[in-house]
Amino acid sequence: MSIDSDTRPASFWFYTGMKGITSLPALILMTSFVGFSAFALEAGISRGEAMFMTFGIWALPAQMILVGMMTTGAPLAACFLAVTLSSIRMMPMVASIVPEMRTRLTPTWLLLFASHFIAITAWVFALRTLRDVPREHRAVYFLGFGLTLTTINTGIVAICYGLVSQFPPLVAGTLFMLTPVYFVASIWATAHHSVVRLAFMVGIVGGPFMALVAPEFDVLYAGIGGGTAAYLIDRFYIRRRRRTGSAR
Amino acid sequence: MTEVWWWSYLVIAVAGFLATDIWRWLGVLSGNRLKEDSEALHWVRAVATALVMAVTAKLIVFPTGTLAGSPLWLRLAAAGLGFVAFLVSGQKVGVGVAVSMALLASGLWWLGF
Repeated sequence: MSIDSDTRPASFWFYTGMKGITSLPALILMTSFVGFSAFALEAGISRGEAMFMTFGIWALPAQMILVGMMTTGAPLAACFLAVTLSSIRMMPMVASIVPEMRTRLTPTWLLLFASHFIAITAWVFALRTLRDVPREHRAVYFLGFGLTLTTINTGIVAICYGLVSQFPPLVAGTLFMLTPVYFVASIWATAHHSVVRLAFMVGIVGGPFMALVAPEFDVLYAGIGGGTAAYLIDRFYIRRRRRTGSAR
Repeated sequence: MTEVWWWSYLVIAVAGFLATDIWRWLGVLSGNRLKEDSEALHWVRAVATALVMAVTAKLIVFPTGTLAGSPLWLRLAAAGLGFVAFLVSGQKVGVGVAVSMALLASGLWWLGF
């Protein structure tokens, strides 16, 4: 790594991160939170609870699960177990982005704080944009984006709660598809390494397949098992073949 | 559940905030030890990508809400052809998303949604 000769202050990079909220992924996510506020109202969750969930959990699948469990009156331990199982994916997501985000001088507490704002959308955003930011400002830059995105979506839930009871079916259906379709294209676009492309393909086939075979832990099997298989195939087959073919 | 007003907030703090952030904190602590371009990081990236794509593909194949009543072939065709358009356009994400959305919306309209 070369030493960055960037003289712009950290506040500039925090502000640059904030401006990321006008990016396509951020706008798509906002429509999802409009949908969440309608879902929360329907499920009998109060406005304050829905806002607290959005800021405190910041992971839509976990929020949907918790809303579902709370409305059935499930005990605290059961809620905890269900949410924590659905959130295991956060660990490899955060771990894969941290080495790109830090320098030797970045304090761990700052990374712990910034990690709260990592969910799929912010993860994709970081994969796409971090490399264009000087290394020593990356954590602050991401914090500018994550903190703003989370705060704005909490505000969206506050405002839209009770305002939008339901979209027309055609609009609701199309909006629902926006998120996965965006992830498919943007994650492929950021996949520079063969192992990531292979894992992409394994996950996309393995997810629905494992949902049929083992619906309880489908995402974990497809992720940990499929990701490990992709890594092994890449290391011992694809990269070996490429090395014998042409030196890279 | 108990009737005090703060109980639901406690449930959200423990079963929501804590239950998700534990994994984020563990991610920071383990990611801190990973060196860039190490084999371990390649593996972590592969697992993270496969996990996210598994979640994503499930949204398309097994959607909830309105889309649950739409045919699978329509969703797969919209997503698949959109991805092809994305590749053909030189990996322009906006093109892929726009093509998928247009195909899905016109398909839903045609089916009478």
